[in-house]
Parts: sequence; C-alpha cells; structure tokens
Amino acid sequence: MNFRRLIISVTLAWLTVFVFLPHLLLVGTSVMTPNPDHLVVWPVTLDSFEKVFTPLYFSVFWHSLELAAIATVICLMLAYPFAWILSTFNSRTQALLLFLLILPFWTNSLIRTYAIKILLGKKGLVNATMINLGIIDEPIQLLYTEFAVIFGLVYLLLPFMVLPLYSSFDKMDKSLLEAGRDLGAGTVQRFRHIILPLTMPGIVSGSLIVFLPAMGMFYIADLLGGAKNLLLGNVVKNLFLVARDWPMGAAFSVIMMLMMALMLLLYVQANRLVSRKGGLHDSNL
Amino acid sequence: MAKTLMQFRQVSLKFDTQEILTGFDLDIKDGEFFTLLGPSGCGKTTVLRLIAGFEQPDEGQILLDGHNIAEQLAEHRPINTVFQSYALFPHLSVFDNVAFGLKMSRTPSTEIKPRVMEALEMVRLAEFADRKPAQLSGGQKQRVAIARAVVNRPRLLLLDESLSALDYKLRQQMQIELKHLQRQLGITFVYVTHDQEEALSMSDRILVMNHGQAQQVGAPRDIYESPANEFVARFIGEINIFDARIEQVVSIDEQQGRYLAYFDQGNMTREIVSETRFEAGDKVKVMLRPEDLRIEFLEDAPEKPGFIGEVQERNYKGKTLDSQIKLKDGQLILASEFFNENEPDFDYKLNQKVWIDWVHGWEHVIKADLL
Repeated sequence: MNFRRLIISVTLAWLTVFVFLPHLLLVGTSVMTPNPDHLVVWPVTLDSFEKVFTPLYFSVFWHSLELAAIATVICLMLAYPFAWILSTFNSRTQALLLFLLILPFWTNSLIRTYAIKILLGKKGLVNATMINLGIIDEPIQLLYTEFAVIFGLVYLLLPFMVLPLYSSFDKMDKSLLEAGRDLGAGTVQRFRHIILPLTMPGIVSGSLIVFLPAMGMFYIADLLGGAKNLLLGNVVKNLFLVARDWPMGAAFSVIMMLMMALMLLLYVQANRLVSRKGGLHDSNL
Repeated sequence: MAKTLMQFRQVSLKFDTQEILTGFDLDIKDGEFFTLLGPSGCGKTTVLRLIAGFEQPDEGQILLDGHNIAEQLAEHRPINTVFQSYALFPHLSVFDNVAFGLKMSRTPSTEIKPRVMEALEMVRLAEFADRKPAQLSGGQKQRVAIARAVVNRPRLLLLDESLSALDYKLRQQMQIELKHLQRQLGITFVYVTHDQEEALSMSDRILVMNHGQAQQVGAPRDIYESPANEFVARFIGEINIFDARIEQVVSIDEQQGRYLAYFDQGNMTREIVSETRFEAGDKVKVMLRPEDLRIEFLEDAPEKPGFIGEVQERNYKGKTLDSQIKLKDGQLILASEFFNENEPDFDYKLNQKVWIDWVHGWEHVIKADLL
C-alpha cells in the first residue's frame, strides 16, 4: 500500500515538474511582451496571438497542416493493408515483422533523415537508378521539395500508424467476418459494415499519433524541405532561436496544443456518437 | 417420408495433406432436427462448414434441393449459422445485429423492423433491442445469435456446439427452447455437438462420426439401443461389452434369430436374441447398457456359472445406484439400478461378491469383426 502511494507520488511529482509546470510557463510566456534584451517583459498582452493570425503566418500554418495531413493519409493507406495482412499471420511471423518494423528506431531519427537526404540527392541512389534504367535523362529535383518532406514524414511516422491499426485488427474477432458472410454480406459490405467500424479506433488513434508530431518535426523540413516547405515546428523553432520572439513562439505552441485537445475531443465525441447509433441503423443505410 | 433437403455425395476434403473427409455421404431431410455427433477432430465441424460454404470440397457434390451448391459462396446460400462463440457484432446493437442479414439482402426497411422485433420476441429479448452485445449474459447472447440467424428464414439453420459455453442448467433450458423453436419454425436444424446426451434429447436423427467417417445414422433410440459398432456403443453412453461365440442356431424367423452363445468369461452358455443373422462359430460382441444388468448377492451361496465379480465402487446418483464391478479376469463392469425407496437399506458393501445377470432379450449383439 505504501509502495503504491510512493510510486504514485513520484509519478505525480515528475509530471508536475516536467510536464505541467513547463506547459504553464509556456502559456504564461505566450501572453507576455517580447523584449530583445530580457526575452519577455510585462505587460500581459494578446498581441502574439493576433500576430499568429496575420496572413503571412497563417499561410505557413495552413501549408504545414496540409503537409502533415497528406503524410497522415499516405501513412494510413500504407499501414492499413499492412496491419491487416500482419494480423492474419501466425504469431511468430507477426512478432518477427513487428520487430523489423521497430528495428529502425534503434538508429537516431536525425541520422536516418540524413540518409534520406543522401538517397534523394541529385547524385543519390534514386536518381542514379532511374538514369541507369533510362527512365530519365537528367537528374530530377527530389530534395528540397514537398515530396521530400512528405516522404521523410511518412518514413519516420509509419510505424506509429501501423501499431494502433495492428492492435485493432488483432483484437477483431475473425469469426465476425464469417458471420458477415453467413448473413449475406459480400466483400465490400463486410469491409464497410464490419472491418471499417471495428478498426475505426485504430484509424483515429493512428492518425492522431501521426498527424500531431508531423506538424512539429522541424528537422525533417530543415533537412529535406528547403526554405519553402516549413512545418509548424520550424516556425516555432525559428521564433524561439532566430527571431528570439519567445511570446510568439509560445503562442504558436499553445495554439497547437489547443488543436490537439480539440481533435481528441472530437474523437471522443465521434466515438460516443458511433457507439450510440450503432453505425448501421436504418437511417444510415 | 419427408423429402431430402441437403445431400453430400462423395465429398472429400484435405487440409494440406491431412484427409478430413473422404467420399463422405450425407442426407438431411426437410424439416428435421439433424445432429452431427462425434469426438473433437472427427470432422463434424468441417461438415457444418461445408454446408455453410466456409469450406469448398476438393471433390464431390453438395446438393441443396437437388442443386449442386458446392461452388456457391457462403453469402449466397440460404443457410444461416449460430456460431459457437456467437460472433455477434460488438459495434452493433441487438436490433442491428438481428437486422444485419435483412439489410444485406436489401429487404425493404418497412419490413425489417417488424421482422426483427418478431424474431426478438420469439427469443424473449424484445426489450433488449437497444443493448450492445457486451451488456448481455451468455444465454442472452446465445438467443440473439439464434434470432439473427432465423430472422432470415433460412432453409437450413446450422448450430455449431452452440450450447457448450453455457452452464448446465441454462443448457438444459436452451435445449428445450431450441427443440420448441425448431418445431414452431419448421426449419431444418443441423446441430453439431460432442455431447451425446444433448444429441439424444434433441434430435430427430443423429449421425455419429469418427475420423471423418460416418459410423451410424439413425433415430436416437436406434443409436442408443442398437449401436452399429463398438465405437458408437462406447461413445453413446456407458456400455458393457462381452466376448462370446455362437455355438448353435436355435431358431431364425423373419424378425430375429435365437442362438446359444458361449461366454469365456464365466464359462457359461446362454441363449441370446439378435436381429442380425449369425452362424455357428461366429465370434460376437454382446453389448449391455448398465441399466440392462441385474445384480444378485452371493453371500455364501455356491458359485454358479455366470459373471462373478466384486463391487469396487458404488455411486449414489439420486435416481440410480451405480456400481462398478470387477470381474474375475479384471474387466470392469458398470451396473446401474433404480433406487428403490421401499428398500432404503439396499446397498452394496465394497468387495461384496456378486453375480451378474441381465434382462434377457435386451442384449445387443454385433459381429466381432465389425469393430
């Protein structure tokens, strides 16, 4: 009993000092006035939030959302069939494939991003192969494009999509598909009325786990994206370290947190709605 | 005689190299309660899955109303299944689970609601229509699974060990309900079980299977009283089997033959009766159910020819008193006598010496080489 209490207090203290207080400081910073000498000074103001919604920043904001969304959709499309097939293998093969999926994490993601840079460069493996195969004559610009950023994001974040989807598929009772067939549901109907609703929690949590970090992975955009393809993370990093406008950087971070909270709230609401309506009621067909 | 609804003709199926069924034949009549009975791994579930369409035979024909449906997909067959694990859709309400099949067949929505409610009322779950499967007890899930299948008015309803997950009392109750439902609906039921008691009490006809082979088909009474071979005899309840040799044919008429048979055990000759024709010299197995046996005390009386043994164990079973008796040569015999309330002292002491006889004419005799 005392041991339990100890563990809980240590965890709570840890969370308070390293999670709750920093976030409080962040929110506090976001409503201060920027100052080049002292970083932040009084008075309290909402100027920084106003500046975030100016057209310049808004377009960066929007583009970043777009890149993250595309990366998320691609991750989903790659991971969904993969997780599905994975769940049909025997448990030993499953363990092996999951291990292979996790294996790259043993290498630092920054190093792996440099590797992508080498692969996609003008003299990189991709261009060299395509020239050798006669598909193209001249090396094409792969690096410092939207494509490179999305490629990098998908590469780094794919496992985070696979794992929740895999767990959804793994939990799904395969006899439900036979029950569906037995009751006259063809392939498409089985997918729509059984597989999709039952893996929806995996789809949503996978998408959230991919989408939110995707907006923040500044080093991907730094290394692969060039000047035009910024992610929100780049904006925040530049505001803090280059422009040294701490309140505005904090304001950006706060807005990202609010977005995340909003999305989680939507997810919970949607879940509640789906479970109340049963997903396949008369009105839905 | 009702017409044949479902027929297997020389159906064979292999999984990898393992032969599950070889040249398997089957006839199920329209409107009957047909049970596939056998130990686990005997192929009974495979037969069910072939009927449902979850497996395709390697060879042979599966006929429904005379048409070969072996190639037809499960989703197109007018056959529904009550799964062993129920397989209710966890994300759908009870109502939507039951409505699933009707929606898939594009039944007009004005028709869906009354039919679903009718099916739910039939299994007494109408007030649970809005619940989720997770909020139901095992017996309720079972009944939803039945409603979900019968609402489609299938030609055949398949039940895969559907009661095995329920506790004893609920199982007894569901057995009666299922039987009642089957009479009420007039739908052909094909029931798979390894529980012989369940099979005997519910079925019109039983097919006993072992190692992918049909051992015997018949009414419960035929199977219990006249097992075709030792496997069936031993699988359907307790049985005592004695070796004997036909010494003399006493008389044979159209119905049965009377023979004199010599039993090694007990060194005796007895008259036996059988519907099967034997000749002098045939080796036979004489089968006797525990309730066919009669036991006499052998206090100090001189030994007479017959089975003599010692009481090893006795179990008071409420209605009956079951005794395990060890014969001189070590064979164990199970005898079951109705408990006589007028003789409350009636009991055997352990190691009591007894003489065993049976009600003559109740023996079932098969040829020894049929085993």
